[in-house]
Amino acid sequence: MAMTYLEAVRETLRQEMRRDARIIIYGEDVGVRGGVFRATEGLQEEFGEDRVMDSPLAESAIVGTAIGAAINGLRPVPEIQFADFIFPAVNQIVQEAARIRYRSNGTFGVPMVIRAPYGGGIHGALYHSQSIEAFFAHVPGLKVVMPATPYDVKGLLAASIEDEDPVLFLEHKGAYRSIRGDVPDERYLIPLGEAEVKREGTDVSIISWGMTVNSSLKAAENLAKRGVSVEVLDLRTIRPLDTEAILETARKTGKVLVVHEDNLTGGFGGEVSALIAEHALFDLDAPIRRLAGPDVPAMPYAPSLEHAFLVTPEKIEAAAQELAAF
Amino acid sequence: MADVSEGLTPEVLMDMYYHMVLARVLDDRMWVMNRLGRAPVVYSSNGHEATQVASAFALDRGHDWVVPYYRDLALVLAMGMTPRDVFLHLMGRADDPNSGGRQMPAHWGSVDLKILTTGSVVTTQMMHAAGIALAAKLKHEPTVAMATFGEGSTSQGDFHEALNFAAVMKLPAIFLNENNGYAISVPARKQMAVPDVAARAQGYGIPGVVVDGNDPIKVFEAVRAAAARARAGEGPTLIEAKTYRFVPHSSDDDDRAYRSREEVAEAKKHDPLVVFEQELREQRLLDDTQHKAMLDRAKAAVDDATEFADTAPDPDPSTLGRHVYHEAVL
Repeated sequence: MAMTYLEAVRETLRQEMRRDARIIIYGEDVGVRGGVFRATEGLQEEFGEDRVMDSPLAESAIVGTAIGAAINGLRPVPEIQFADFIFPAVNQIVQEAARIRYRSNGTFGVPMVIRAPYGGGIHGALYHSQSIEAFFAHVPGLKVVMPATPYDVKGLLAASIEDEDPVLFLEHKGAYRSIRGDVPDERYLIPLGEAEVKREGTDVSIISWGMTVNSSLKAAENLAKRGVSVEVLDLRTIRPLDTEAILETARKTGKVLVVHEDNLTGGFGGEVSALIAEHALFDLDAPIRRLAGPDVPAMPYAPSLEHAFLVTPEKIEAAAQELAAF
Repeated sequence: MADVSEGLTPEVLMDMYYHMVLARVLDDRMWVMNRLGRAPVVYSSNGHEATQVASAFALDRGHDWVVPYYRDLALVLAMGMTPRDVFLHLMGRADDPNSGGRQMPAHWGSVDLKILTTGSVVTTQMMHAAGIALAAKLKHEPTVAMATFGEGSTSQGDFHEALNFAAVMKLPAIFLNENNGYAISVPARKQMAVPDVAARAQGYGIPGVVVDGNDPIKVFEAVRAAAARARAGEGPTLIEAKTYRFVPHSSDDDDRAYRSREEVAEAKKHDPLVVFEQELREQRLLDDTQHKAMLDRAKAAVDDATEFADTAPDPDPSTLGRHVYHEAVL
């Protein structure tokens, strides 16, 4: 059945909550209002106020209490209203959730999924547009999931909820209503740590994750008309990372363009590039190229500035074309 | 409400006293081990024993959770941790049940004993207690979660967020402040502009109770009342147990830099072990023979733990990468 990315989030939550009574959702405005993006719309009506709760406006409390609830047998799926607002909870996510299994020698675990809408292009300005994945991908003990399509949303969200470890599930706000796709009714899981080739190609490999996978696919389609064959690898999860899939596509085309919306410097593209340089340098026919958000503190508000920040299909197309011609 | 001192039979009182003695003897031995160069760092419960032991005894141990901080040696002993466990932890041995030798001493944790694993960043644990209580409430279990923390922790944002969250959601949680007057070297008057931590409860619409933290009976009654309130669905309680730490913050600290010897000597007049011993003698529950027998028993347990941990194996370096993520049982 065709649905939007946002509907895929909501319907997966609904399906999982029907299946597993341990799942609870809470956060700011997720109850009566169904979330500021409506990701949880109708869920409180169906599952009641005990399982879908409006919480006080405090991100550290939302995550910190979810840790305790997870340890005491529930499966919390807390929502951070905007990924940009996650920073008050970093201590609880990084120092606590991510380290609890390790520090207790495997005796405690924190099975929870923190959902957070990320990314720009929706006139959200500096504090409603950020891509935050690089901060968290650095932390062993966490998993970071960034789906690009409604189909992947469903399989990855269900797998994240079933996972025994803390997962940061980043949903792109621009994708919520603009990206549609077929989603089967029945339940299925996509294992965390498995990338997918979203488009086969032979001249250039684009490696991306989240919303920019969709932009990369558009660019690839345009380039195909001009005879450039582009492969698009969607990492889907950046921790755990499918290093084999990255090296395979790099070796196949010999030309790699890494694309992400997050700022360039220290972005996760650096890690992908380093992996390829370490393990597949002599299979390359061109230097690895990164296309990313510029090194400015965040995405500005005015449409002209916002557009200038964004990694658009046009920019990707130009970069891939240049690389193909190298 | 049930009588809050119900259950304080002579046997229970003597058991409480034994755990206080055991904690002190164990604590003293840890310092010896440190000065011998056998334990890199020590954090003590020395002075806090009445608060810690009595609060544990007031809970439904084995069923309720405690969410401790590093000061809580006597608390975890009262919850069922053994001297051997403590020494394996102190010496970073492979069989340390708290962390398998991964964490510094006094970073407690045991699934079986319902002691939540602890980190070093103070006050995060208050949120975990609220979360445990949230799950208990949603599962309709009569479980109470008790977080402990120093008065320095009350300056943290997590203190406010946890109390507010637990109060709004009427969670079965107890927030037990062990106020010893110092956050390492910083006195309480530089930490807060109110004389009592408990006064802050007003801001959350929950009861705030001050108790003499050197009197185990008073602490027991306060925690027992808070637990009853929690189980009745009436929400959390903030308890402030006023006490004192007789030793430096850790074996790396020198408290002469920030408090006078006279002040410490004065505080020792209210040493909870001395106060409770007198009480038990007055009640004719304890005489010299029993007292000596109790000390001998504690010393024997500590000797055994020292010897046991001394020869216990270190963690295998090949295990460094384990338990980053869940390991499927094959």
